[in-house]
Amino acid sequence: MRTTLAALRPGQTGVVEGYSDIDETAQRLMQMGLVEGMEIEVLRYAPAGDPIEIRVMGYALSLRGKEAANVLVSRVS
Amino acid sequence: MSAIASPEKLPVVVTLGNPNTGKSTLFNCLTGLRQKVGNYPGVTVEQVSGYSEVAGQQVRLVDVPGTYSLAAMSPDEIIAVDVLRGGIADLPPPAAVIIVVDATNLRRNLFLASQILEAGVPALIALNMIDRLSNEGITLDIDALAARLGVPVVPISAAHGTGIEQLKTALDGVLRAPAAPHLVLNPALEDAVAKLTARLTERGIATSAIELRRALIDTGGYAEQRLSQAVGSELDTMLATLRHDIGGGRNLATLEARDRYSWIQAQLKGVEARGPTPRRAVADAADKLVNHPLIGTLLFGLVMAMVFQAVFAWAAPLVDAIDYVTSALGNAVTASLPPSLFARFLAEGVIAGVGSVVVFLPQIIILFTFIIILEDTGYMARAAFLMDRAMRALGLSGQSFIPMLSSFACAVPGIMGTRVIPNRHDRLATIMAAPFMTCSARLPVYSLLIAAFVPQRHFLGGMINLQGLVLFALYMLGIVGGALTAWLISRLYWSRAKARFLLEMPPYRMPNVRAVLSKLQSRAIVFLQRAGTIIFSVALVVWVLASFPRDDTVPSGVSRSDHAAQQLADSYLGRMSRGITPIFEPLGWDWKVTAAVLASFPAREVVIAALGTIYAVDSTTEDHANATLTSRIRAAKHPDGTPVYTLPMVFGLLIFYALCLQCVSTIAVMRRETGTWGWPLFAWVYMSSLGYLGAYLAFTFGSRLPTL
Repeated sequence: MRTTLAALRPGQTGVVEGYSDIDETAQRLMQMGLVEGMEIEVLRYAPAGDPIEIRVMGYALSLRGKEAANVLVSRVS
Repeated sequence: MSAIASPEKLPVVVTLGNPNTGKSTLFNCLTGLRQKVGNYPGVTVEQVSGYSEVAGQQVRLVDVPGTYSLAAMSPDEIIAVDVLRGGIADLPPPAAVIIVVDATNLRRNLFLASQILEAGVPALIALNMIDRLSNEGITLDIDALAARLGVPVVPISAAHGTGIEQLKTALDGVLRAPAAPHLVLNPALEDAVAKLTARLTERGIATSAIELRRALIDTGGYAEQRLSQAVGSELDTMLATLRHDIGGGRNLATLEARDRYSWIQAQLKGVEARGPTPRRAVADAADKLVNHPLIGTLLFGLVMAMVFQAVFAWAAPLVDAIDYVTSALGNAVTASLPPSLFARFLAEGVIAGVGSVVVFLPQIIILFTFIIILEDTGYMARAAFLMDRAMRALGLSGQSFIPMLSSFACAVPGIMGTRVIPNRHDRLATIMAAPFMTCSARLPVYSLLIAAFVPQRHFLGGMINLQGLVLFALYMLGIVGGALTAWLISRLYWSRAKARFLLEMPPYRMPNVRAVLSKLQSRAIVFLQRAGTIIFSVALVVWVLASFPRDDTVPSGVSRSDHAAQQLADSYLGRMSRGITPIFEPLGWDWKVTAAVLASFPAREVVIAALGTIYAVDSTTEDHANATLTSRIRAAKHPDGTPVYTLPMVFGLLIFYALCLQCVSTIAVMRRETGTWGWPLFAWVYMSSLGYLGAYLAFTFGSRLPTL
């Protein structure tokens, strides 16, 4: 199922499909490993529901909800 | 140690790597005490350089700020590219690059490493945190990795100091037989680089392949912007054609990331094996607690209270001790030397000047001990994660929180603490907001004025007292002032800039004493070296202004202390204050208040000593001679007999001190951390205007109210 990273709940895993808008932040996310085909897992949300923390290639990364909404993913579990 | 040859002639060795790879710890291991901190010309980014001996040969080491990629969107980020191509003034192209890589996170770390291997600079890889591999359940075939990458790969642990000698041996090998690896990931890109080089050379424009690669890949990035200034509008057509040749219309940054990660995947196949991670269960449980909405927030509050308490209270005895030593030294010099201008210069200028710098050291060391431990354990990233939403309302990010909090002790370490903020805009907004926080130097001023003039009144059966309420209001005024300033700056100044919060959450780690001490040492050196020279020179200027012109012959019938006070009044400082008193009359100040406030522009707490000296002149009658400062200011009168310190004037004065930037140390450290005089000057004008306006409003409207 195709959705965005922001729509994944903690514990859910997805595979990166691309970006709605290839802006500067998207380029940085790609440099940090969020490239097409990479598996990512949502670890948790901050108390206010934003930012979110994800795991990619074995390391943890946090990003804001707005940035996550730009990442297109297909949900794995 | 052999004498250091002229630094320009030494081979330059550069350390480059991702953030959180222990790069600065390795750098400290290699250089020890012999390091220098400056700014890269034209940008606010810190340049750390030092010297190291490799197989009997001196080399100049330069640390490049941690980065995930050579892609550059801003001037700050082009530094790694400029260092590699030898495009920085006084810094020759590197003889070798040490690529510092986190062994537990090879896939992401090899992204930057592969970009450097493409650059064609002699390189070797320092595979750091090798001791943590087994904890993470990772096995690595290091020899196979070295063979595949075509450069030496040396396993090290910078925190434990292991593998450093082997790294130096490998570095020596690279320096003796420099063989530049030339990785080609994308032949079409290299073709385009060659074509572009040829066309630019025709026009007499010298460039480097590494810079052109970035200009081609990063559309709209800084390499392209810079190149377009040199080439002109034709560059757009050149780049458009070449970009199309490489990617057939697809986004090149996307292609680069995809190609690089699939190349990395191929290199690591059969080299890296990841098993189950035994320690992750514990770390995950810890993360659940630390990031828990209630427990996590409480824990965060507790940690912050402890840091605040430590900086405020633990430093006090050390600060007192330094003050004591400074004044004892000054007295000793005055007592042992015959009274002369030189003795006064030594005691009041040199010793007091240096003392005013060193007195900040305990707070800085305590604060940085906490900051470094919080960073090294990985907690700082979690705190930023927790606070990001709240700080975003002000246009800041979670990483601004700790520097703001430490500014309650002193803005100097607070502003230095903004270095944890990677985003330049957030960092500048935080630097501008930090001096509003009620620092420990404001406290004595508040205490004196509140105790002398705010009546002791209790409300709610004694639970709340008016004096405490005023003090609390002043703290709040600082917080609101800082928050509004940060909000305004991020709103007005960077309306186009995109806020971003991409933060790696490093694994929890036990801080290593060696690593903490070595970082602390370099911070302390930075502070003493740089801020010291600036603060010291400003202190000297103030001393000169307050001491000249002078006449040391005490007229008969005038006491020595009266003569000294008269000297102050007649000094350049005293004359200046009387000259500009009309400006401050709307605030209800007379020339004495003006002089004391002026004298306290270098450091707010000076106002107490200045008032003490000035009102001592008034002690014409015997019963006044032994009076306290409190009773003297209470009795101070205008020439027409009305009291100077009315309640509205006192409130105005308090507001003035809450909002004004009266601290050379802060100005000096702002200059240092922003890299320009523009920001501290703007802050000074802005805060002084706010202070004046606040004091004016309080005095004008307060005076119209029926007596309180």
